[in-house]
Amino acid sequence: MNTPLVSLTNAGKSYQQLDALKSVTLDLSQGEVMGLFGHNGAGKTTMMKLILGVISPSRGSVEVMGMAPDSKEAWHCRSKVGYLPENVSFYEQLTGLEVLTYFAKLKGFNKKQAVDLLEQVGITHAMKRQVKTYSKGMRQRLGLAQAFIGEPKLLLLDEPTVGLDPIATRDFYQTVDQLKSNGSSVILCSHVLPGVEQHIDRAMILSTGQLLAMGTLKELRQQAALPVAIKPLGLNGSVAADTKLNSFLTSHCPDTLMVPEDEKLAVLKQLLSHDALDDIHVEAANLEQVYQHFLSLHENKQQSSKQQGAQG
Amino acid sequence: MKQILTVANKEFHDGLRNRWLVSITLIFALLSIGLTYFGAAASGAVGVTSLSTTVASLASLAVFLIPLIALLLSYDSFVGEQESGTLLLLLTYPLSKSQLLLGKFLGQGSIIALATFIGFGSSAVLLYFQLGDSQIFTSFSVFILSAILLGLSFTAISYLISLSVSEKSKAAGFALITWFLFALAFDLALLALLVGVEEGISQSFLTQLMMLNPADIFRLVNLAGLDSSDVNGALAVAINASLSQGQLFSALLAWVALPLTVAIFIFRRKKL
Repeated sequence: MNTPLVSLTNAGKSYQQLDALKSVTLDLSQGEVMGLFGHNGAGKTTMMKLILGVISPSRGSVEVMGMAPDSKEAWHCRSKVGYLPENVSFYEQLTGLEVLTYFAKLKGFNKKQAVDLLEQVGITHAMKRQVKTYSKGMRQRLGLAQAFIGEPKLLLLDEPTVGLDPIATRDFYQTVDQLKSNGSSVILCSHVLPGVEQHIDRAMILSTGQLLAMGTLKELRQQAALPVAIKPLGLNGSVAADTKLNSFLTSHCPDTLMVPEDEKLAVLKQLLSHDALDDIHVEAANLEQVYQHFLSLHENKQQSSKQQGAQG
Repeated sequence: MKQILTVANKEFHDGLRNRWLVSITLIFALLSIGLTYFGAAASGAVGVTSLSTTVASLASLAVFLIPLIALLLSYDSFVGEQESGTLLLLLTYPLSKSQLLLGKFLGQGSIIALATFIGFGSSAVLLYFQLGDSQIFTSFSVFILSAILLGLSFTAISYLISLSVSEKSKAAGFALITWFLFALAFDLALLALLVGVEEGISQSFLTQLMMLNPADIFRLVNLAGLDSSDVNGALAVAINASLSQGQLFSALLAWVALPLTVAIFIFRRKKL
């Protein structure tokens, strides 16, 4: 694999009293899509700002396309980076086309590209209207069109699917897949988790400025060692009678077996031996559960360290 | 340079769209034509009075209006974009902070300059048709040029305000205070100083003090050339210690360049 497009080495950012981002090491290669997850104030936006070069790291180093993004040399790289901020309300009194033309010109493109991009995100019909008449979803599409200007090599998207309807969300993920296949890298920042899983290569979980976990979804699942939920239908109590199976039943979901990943197949085979079985649902832990797991692990750790501190 | 022009073009069109250009031009034109025509109403006559009276009245009007308009036009330039999130976005573009600031200055400055030129220029043309004196154009070009510089100076000052605060409403408050200080309080303080401190203040010291206020420099530029009978108060004293027009214009220019430089400096250090 060639040199990473984005590389953070022990990068951190502190404001007066607050460690917004403690220490993050990360390499993002070309064509990789990474999901960045965390609560509000977890340091997601700070990390994006560091990569964008809007702020400089307090420690460690940040490199984008081989240069520090806050340096003068990195100037021309900026037209190769697209960014969608979390809360942006564009110039309300301008039309969608005027807004996008302004941003396109600043990146060295012209009105024609702006029109094409508006078509791509599906708001051609509204491009002559003032932004203040736009719905939340249309504003978000305009923001995305802005981020897509000039087919960026690196895209940083902060909450890209907020306010989008299911169809627009699907279109958006299609665009991400397309950009990825063209060799662009994408960092998706979100706390809305469903739907994002099949589009990201790696996930990174942040909390209060700290890196909790990073890896592919499979790796994270393994690390978390979360059980698979298996729900057999039509067995009516014979599961509880089966000594091989009843140990997996939990009190709060009496019809569902919570099975560790490595025992999944054995349990399935056992279930199939029951003739009364009508149907079977197998659900691996999803990203949301993995995320919850790492967060609660972190919280427990913090609490116990606090208690230790109180005792000591 | 291309980036600066792109920003300037957008700001200028914003000014057109918000009807700022039209309103400022109309205000200037109506007031100046009104003053030109009815300036002599106090002495019981309607019609064009002498050139120096007209310029004196226009200058005392402009010295209040122009700073107010410039501050109103630009106080939210940066804090407004910061609140809506576009400032952060713009700074991720291949656009430096000074390019953004100078672009905005060029765009909004052009609105002020154009409005001043058309608004006051119209009364110059009117006066010329009435009096037929080509002296009018010399006096008016000095007046319009200094008025434009005064406007630009307060545009730069409002950028200072806009970059130093974090809320739009605070910027509006500070803009109002700034206007009050420069347009009203400063002169009152000078007058108090002049009356209160006997034999303490020399003319040249007073003139130097007046250099601390662009509005006063503007007054000096426009009233120095007139009969001192039209002028009274602290100004009359200062005029006697007259500085050359060149010096006064350079002082006004400094009042444009200095706040602008400081604004760029603040912008560079600003946390986002």
